[in-house]
Amino acid sequence: MIKITRRHLMQSTVAGAAAIAMPSVLRAQTQGVDANSVRLGILHSLTGTFAIAEAAMVEAEKLAIGEINAAGGVMGHEIVPYIEDGASEAPVFAEKAKVLLRRDNVAAIIGCYSSALRKAVLPAVNQAKGLLYYPTYYEGQEIDKRCLYTSQEATQSVIAAVTWMAQEKGKKFFLVGSNYIYPVTCNKIAKPTIDKLGGTVVGEEYVPLGHTEFSSIINKIKAANPDCIYSTVVGGSNVAFYKQLRAAGLDGSKITLLSTVVSENEIEGIGKDNAVGYYACMGYFQSIDSPMNQKFVKAIKDKYGADRVVGDPMQCGYNSVYLWKNAVEKAQSFAPDDVLKASQGLTIEAPEGTLRFDDENHHVWKKVRVGRALDDGQFEIVHETPDLVQPDPFPKL
Amino acid sequence: MRAWRCPHASGLQREDNLSFDIIIMQAFSGLSLFTILLLMALGLAIVFGLMGVINMAHGELMALGAYVTYLVALFFERYLPSLMGVYIFFAIFCAFAATFAFGYVLERGFIRWFYNRPLDTLLATWGLSLVLQQFYRSTFGAQEVSVPLATWLTGAWEPFTGIQLPLNRIFIIGLTALVALCVFLLLYKSRWGLRVRAVTQNRPISAAVGINTDRVDALTFAVGSGLAGIAGSVFTMLGSTNPGTGQLYIVDSFIVVVFGGVQSLLGTALSAFAIAESQTALEYLSTGTIAKVTILLCVIVMLYFRPQGLFASKVRGA
Repeated sequence: MIKITRRHLMQSTVAGAAAIAMPSVLRAQTQGVDANSVRLGILHSLTGTFAIAEAAMVEAEKLAIGEINAAGGVMGHEIVPYIEDGASEAPVFAEKAKVLLRRDNVAAIIGCYSSALRKAVLPAVNQAKGLLYYPTYYEGQEIDKRCLYTSQEATQSVIAAVTWMAQEKGKKFFLVGSNYIYPVTCNKIAKPTIDKLGGTVVGEEYVPLGHTEFSSIINKIKAANPDCIYSTVVGGSNVAFYKQLRAAGLDGSKITLLSTVVSENEIEGIGKDNAVGYYACMGYFQSIDSPMNQKFVKAIKDKYGADRVVGDPMQCGYNSVYLWKNAVEKAQSFAPDDVLKASQGLTIEAPEGTLRFDDENHHVWKKVRVGRALDDGQFEIVHETPDLVQPDPFPKL
Repeated sequence: MRAWRCPHASGLQREDNLSFDIIIMQAFSGLSLFTILLLMALGLAIVFGLMGVINMAHGELMALGAYVTYLVALFFERYLPSLMGVYIFFAIFCAFAATFAFGYVLERGFIRWFYNRPLDTLLATWGLSLVLQQFYRSTFGAQEVSVPLATWLTGAWEPFTGIQLPLNRIFIIGLTALVALCVFLLLYKSRWGLRVRAVTQNRPISAAVGINTDRVDALTFAVGSGLAGIAGSVFTMLGSTNPGTGQLYIVDSFIVVVFGGVQSLLGTALSAFAIAESQTALEYLSTGTIAKVTILLCVIVMLYFRPQGLFASKVRGA
């Protein structure tokens, strides 16, 4: 039996009230902004599976923060980065997002890599009325009112990639992907696009994540004899796929293979020799020939070592900091709601060229490029969309 | 919406193209996967099958073999670039030696304290596998490392036009045959093998007739680990090398060993053959995921009716 006495009731009421009042008291005191500094949260994996990709993104984001601070900060406030390690685990990401928002009171968070991580973080961001910049290419199908997506969503790269292949390389397509949401969504976009271009899909295959045995799929490809393979195979499977494709005699000179997930960073694992002659479609390649990109690549190499390669997600992380800074200056406020409003239609110049936030859907208009892998692990850009590509996270197919 | 093709449409189209060339190449794929599974499972068949140690870190021993191969490749690239063509033989040997030594130390310092406690072994070796994975991650980074392939192993052998047989797979078939032969000779034609089998069948009596069972245990575990190292080294030709690589192989290895019947090397071989052939055939006719599911279902049904596996050899209980 639990007996509720008046004393018990009093105690718990007071304790409860204190607990409820605490965060708002703290928030009223700090706000994450003081006379000459502002806190910016960075939430990426520094350990675990995604660490190598995300650790590099953190470096690029820190580079941007350093540059901005050296140039006088944001509206006179020096940016103080608060970096948390999400350890490649969705629950840890959710927890650390709360820490950043509630304890550290950061003005905005830049972070997350896979969609699972973003989905885990967004409830906390919404609850705290915060703001998340998501700097990784992903499958679309989302417009969160407190999230800004600074890389390409699926339609932007897939339509450009498929159109280029159909026009330049042939109209018989074979689609291969890992069995999860990104490849399936990409192929859903690719198929009607191929139809519209007058092409045919002669095969569509998905392999379990982590699959390393591609001989049957390669035989299916040989039997179907396509002109082009559109690949969304990810992770270690990608390494196996490229190696076995090449060993089976289907190297870059015999068949066109294009992937929307292989950046310069992935090539290091696949092996330069195995990737030669295959294509990738991205918003950014390290080989983009512009003064701004040369400056960016040089800054990365100066700060983190001459052998570093820069891939698309790193550059998008770097851009995210600048997109936030420019929105803050446009709004003349650090409040997330003001920053969100100011981001509508915001335009900046980035290493990859002009970026413009859509007026409505929180994604960016950007150019998309197709690159051919060379033997030094870099991409030779063979196609660039003439205009900025409209983001369309919920395409009508 | 209207434009989405149902997957069966492409399946039908494929049957028209199911030519002689493709049948040959599919048969070769099946053979190749058989040797891969066999190579993967041989080490485990000895450690788990003969010794009864459930080693969850077996996959990480394969990863160790893969990383040793990577290091040897780096060494050759830097100091002996003229011998790059034959580095793989040296790498396989080094991978075997390293995992053999590691396995020996592991058995003496760790595994032997867990004999006759299968559940504790399971947990302890799983913990060990996590430690090893993090060790690889801290040492080599989380992303895949790229192990170069000798030029004479790249590309395909084309006996007739239209039929391409990848050279690295032919190499693996040959190597597996050699390794399997060695294991057979070692276990069934040598004094050491005789002792191993004696200890497996009846430990107290073996000890009573003067066999140093501790020594036999350590060497047996080391040989099993060494075989994992060879497998890991060879798989760098086909797959990726990252800290989690071992996890990809461990499940398949256990399935092959359990399906074939623990304590039966012939069973392991036949089970690898059955699984490989049905996997490649199903993968060609349906999809990779369906193939995997079907095979797992078959294994479950089979184990329900024959829990001892396909080919169980009769032994006394321990």
